Amino acid sequence: MASSIRVRAILNGDTAEVQTLIQHPMDTGLVKDAKGELIPAHYIQQLTFTHKDKTVFLADWGTAVSKDPYVKFAFKGAAKGDELKVSWVDNKGATDSLTATIQ
Amino acid sequence: AAPALLRSAQAADTVSLYDVERFGNARILHMTDTHAQLRPVYFREPSVNIGIGEMWGRPPHLVERAFLDRYGIRPDSAEAYAFTSFEFEKSAGRFGRMGGFAHLKTLIDKLRADVGDHRSLLLDGGDLWQGTGLANAMRGADMVNAANLLGIDAMTGHWEFTYGEEALRANLARFKGEFLAQNVFLTEEAAFNDAKAFDTGSGRVFKPAMIKEIGGARIAVIGQAFPYVPIAHPRRFTPDWTFGIREEELQKLVDALRGADKVDAVILLSHNGMDVDLKLASRVTGIDVILGGHTHDAIPQPVAVSNAKGATLVTNAGSSGKFLAVLDLDIAKGRVADARYKLLPVYSELVKPDPAMQALIDQTQQPQIAAWSEKLATSDRLLYRRGNFEGTIDDVICEALRRELDAEIALSPGFRWGPTLLAGQSILLEDVLAQTAISYPETYVQQLTGAQIKDVLEDVCDNLFNADPYLQQGGDMVRLEGLSYRCAPSETIGSRISDLTLDNGQALSSGKTYKVAGWASMNAQDGKPVWDVVATYLRGVGLTSGGTNKVTLSGVDGNPGFASQS
Amino acid sequence: FAATNDNKYPEDAFRQKNAGDAIKALYGRDHEASDKIKLDAPEIAENGGVVPVAVTTTLPNVTSIAFIVAENPSALAASYRIPEGTVPAVANRLKMAKTSNVIALVESGGKLYSATKEVKVTVGGCGG
Ligand SMILES: [Mn+2]
Ligand SMILES: [Mn+2]
Repeated sequence: MASSIRVRAILNGDTAEVQTLIQHPMDTGLVKDAKGELIPAHYIQQLTFTHKDKTVFLADWGTAVSKDPYVKFAFKGAAKGDELKVSWVDNKGATDSLTATIQ
Repeated sequence: AAPALLRSAQAADTVSLYDVERFGNARILHMTDTHAQLRPVYFREPSVNIGIGEMWGRPPHLVERAFLDRYGIRPDSAEAYAFTSFEFEKSAGRFGRMGGFAHLKTLIDKLRADVGDHRSLLLDGGDLWQGTGLANAMRGADMVNAANLLGIDAMTGHWEFTYGEEALRANLARFKGEFLAQNVFLTEEAAFNDAKAFDTGSGRVFKPAMIKEIGGARIAVIGQAFPYVPIAHPRRFTPDWTFGIREEELQKLVDALRGADKVDAVILLSHNGMDVDLKLASRVTGIDVILGGHTHDAIPQPVAVSNAKGATLVTNAGSSGKFLAVLDLDIAKGRVADARYKLLPVYSELVKPDPAMQALIDQTQQPQIAAWSEKLATSDRLLYRRGNFEGTIDDVICEALRRELDAEIALSPGFRWGPTLLAGQSILLEDVLAQTAISYPETYVQQLTGAQIKDVLEDVCDNLFNADPYLQQGGDMVRLEGLSYRCAPSETIGSRISDLTLDNGQALSSGKTYKVAGWASMNAQDGKPVWDVVATYLRGVGLTSGGTNKVTLSGVDGNPGFASQS
Repeated sequence: FAATNDNKYPEDAFRQKNAGDAIKALYGRDHEASDKIKLDAPEIAENGGVVPVAVTTTLPNVTSIAFIVAENPSALAASYRIPEGTVPAVANRLKMAKTSNVIALVESGGKLYSATKEVKVTVGGCGG
């Protein structure tokens, strides 16, 4: 199965610009399905970006982050070809991760 | 027969009205919101166009007497007929239909020839491709042909977007002018997926501006598309694009044009709506003139708005082909030294139709003529739409929805386009289409609670009367049948609508559920197109008394944007 | 909090209903408005389910950035730890239940600063 994570990390001078799109329902727990039953909350709680064993960005998310989340940030100190590890864990304990290469 | 007052003028090909004295070194012609009306139409301007707060009594929020007094127009004149609803029915018989692309073509060619080659530009402010059954069926392709023959140099858009990206791009591939929009960007997701854009760096989907050398001056024209396309229309038509006013990006663009590109004049071809443009002109510097549209306000003179670094002229040029604006600029090095502006009413009786354009129109309309000339009914009253709260043509649409779909309450959107029909005129199928032809015409029947209905009314009303023009979307209030209410425009959201009363005299109950019919929904619906519903109703029942609902206004006494609706 | 050392998910802050309680639970201190924070959000949301919100700041020594949607059922939407070397700027997309103030919080040099913008959420539908 394809990863839930897509990353684009592009080096611009000394700064790596990172964009991530993740497939996840991010259900709030407040919405009813077609049968009128509440869809239980199901959302990513933490998203971590690691570069050379250092956490360069850590997101804590609640249910107000949109379905299929997008986030963009930038950090210094990376070189072309470096690996950037992205991983998430949701409120049900599910996880996914991906290692991207900085371009 | 020609209308009596104009008959004497008819002998000449043109009359003095259209002999605009030459001035300056560049002539900009501006038309907007023609809504695909290829042939001359009647179009009654609003008798209710209320301005509240700072906008009280300011253009464009003047109607009838207040408008005539403000601009020194004689009440019995042809101009009064063109610019206001004052004694409309009486004047319509005297002065005839307005606009028409063959007539516009003649006028435009003359006004361009008057100043000589490479001394003029023709700009269209958008809402060019939508408004007739034909334009809707052809997704605007018919209007691209007309625009090319007319010689439009650049345009921006609004309803153009409601045909979706594929149709829009197919039309633009054939359009000989430029399509300009500084305020349309790829969404983050679309950019991530490498969706098509004019400039991938900025994410701008379309070319934002063009520079033309006119009369020795470098003129920049920036396009400003309707900022709220995905809010006013179903988002499914533009899923990859995000809009907005984009003040900051606009300021950067103006600065770059004036700086690196060394232009002498900057014109914003805007589909913001006039109130939005007036606010924008006070905040963004370096724009000489905003040629505005969308709110369909026919304003004879520009409004000068001062800002931190100078002043900007703001105009709005009406709708339906009724007007052609002539902006003559005297441009010196790096600045506009002087400007003259005229908003010319296009009296079709006074202008000879251009034969080539007439032939194109006849040929384009030919395949549909038989089917769409079907007479559905005869009008026994004036059928118009424009006005903040009510229009008699919307009463007919709502009544048709209510009867045909067996609903207690009917809703119809407060669109500002759609020609006027005089009493005694036949109502043809194409006339119904000209009030309803959109790319999401499906009707629906829904169960809504009284509270939900009130919320919808409050929400739409706030889009019309929010004290901040940037939060206005430039439509009119949703039309209703089966429900009367009181509205206080100068209140805030949640407090404007009250006294909701059903036809039977009972108060709308917030907890109770009602059967509501409507069309033009934001969500996909699967009911019959509204024009089928209205046509079936008119064929069967004909025009009924209609208009049992009533909107009572609070706090508008003496408002120059309010004349009695009679 | 000490953003870079403690990677615990701030469960309690996300559970708070109103903005004040959420900020207190997350930071335990007051915030003051700062013109060194630039909050980008639309005037009117094109889709209440997906509102693009971004923040950049010229404040020094930024350790965290958080987004509050005051009128949401739970006010705190997202919180980001900004370690040294990471640019103090974040763009994300948030859900908005109705018209609301969006507050961007920036923790800088041990102090808490904010910028606020109202975003209108409407059912829409109209046309000139
Ligand atoms: Mn428009
Ligand atoms: Mn229009």
